[in-house]
Amino acid sequence: MAKVLVVTSGKGGVGKTTSTAALGAALAQNGKRVVVVDFDVGLRNLDLVMGAERRVVFDLINVIHGDAKLPQALIRDKRLENLSLLPASQTRDKDALTIEGVARVISELREKFDWIICDSPAGIEKGATLAMHHADTAVIVTNPEVSSVRDSDRIIGLLDAKTAKAAAGEKVEKHLLLTRYDPARAARGEMLKVDDVLEILSIPLLSIVPESEEVLRASNVGAPVTLNAPQSTPARAYFDAAKRLQGEKFEVVVPEERRGFMGRLFGRRVA
Amino acid sequence: MTLFRFFARRPTRTTAPVARERLQILLAHERAVAGGSDLMATLKEEILGVIGRHFPLERDKVQVKLDRGDAFSTLEIDIEVPTLGQGNAAPRLAAAGGAPG
Repeated sequence: MAKVLVVTSGKGGVGKTTSTAALGAALAQNGKRVVVVDFDVGLRNLDLVMGAERRVVFDLINVIHGDAKLPQALIRDKRLENLSLLPASQTRDKDALTIEGVARVISELREKFDWIICDSPAGIEKGATLAMHHADTAVIVTNPEVSSVRDSDRIIGLLDAKTAKAAAGEKVEKHLLLTRYDPARAARGEMLKVDDVLEILSIPLLSIVPESEEVLRASNVGAPVTLNAPQSTPARAYFDAAKRLQGEKFEVVVPEERRGFMGRLFGRRVA
Repeated sequence: MTLFRFFARRPTRTTAPVARERLQILLAHERAVAGGSDLMATLKEEILGVIGRHFPLERDKVQVKLDRGDAFSTLEIDIEVPTLGQGNAAPRLAAAGGAPG
């Protein structure tokens, strides 16, 4: 049965779009049929991170308004045939999203895909609440930083109150994805530790994605990091996350960047 | 000199515990407020209505508090009733109950 997953955070710039692309690709690499849907109407970026910015013809708003059929708007990934993208509109704003329209698109997607991953816009307004509305599962992307943790707490509250599942008396399954984590700084007491964030937010941990240059390198070239550098530390963290989303259970470890001798000697100063 | 400074242990300020403590205090407060701003306001109004039929009540003497916890949440209702008749001590109605959540 299809699962609707929302990638959300409240705060902007924590890695929602990067994580959507990486998780989507990782699940597709595991053989699942995946669609990633950009809900950031007016400020779309998932197309760019996925490297499909020049292939956008129709978008989510066109489908909602009946200007295009869903298959016309879906962009199939050139590297993974079972991965598709439904882009957001760049010219309209989030008021063009309607609750009925989104419901129709999601139910149509449920028939074609195993995973529907909704990339939420930042904030707690219409775009964000519509992105989470149909979610079965939520990935809350959080940086080990006070404002991000606070906003994640708000989002967790909204997931428990304002979703279709909440209205039906059920719960959205919630997972914490800790991104831009620096184990060395956390060990020195300069950054919130994994346990600190977990204790404060009290939701289960999906994975820890370390701060890494591979993430920027991947978005520079328009490829999910799991495709661009599958052996890298962040890619392995996303592959682990994808496995856990599919129900596998194994211990979450704090990832360590594989460094050479020089890297270990100077890594501390660079960090 | 530069070499000396390189090896000298720089004093590190551990700011993470401060962040953790600030967040814990802030979120405890925000959860109490946002955890049910509508629900708390509605409850308070209804309690004022019901108890107010029997006792004259001042609005700020009714406190409704919800503490969200992992296993269960606690709803605390504290109503202070004014002195009745000739200088009787004010009866205090206090109710507290746990609710799953």
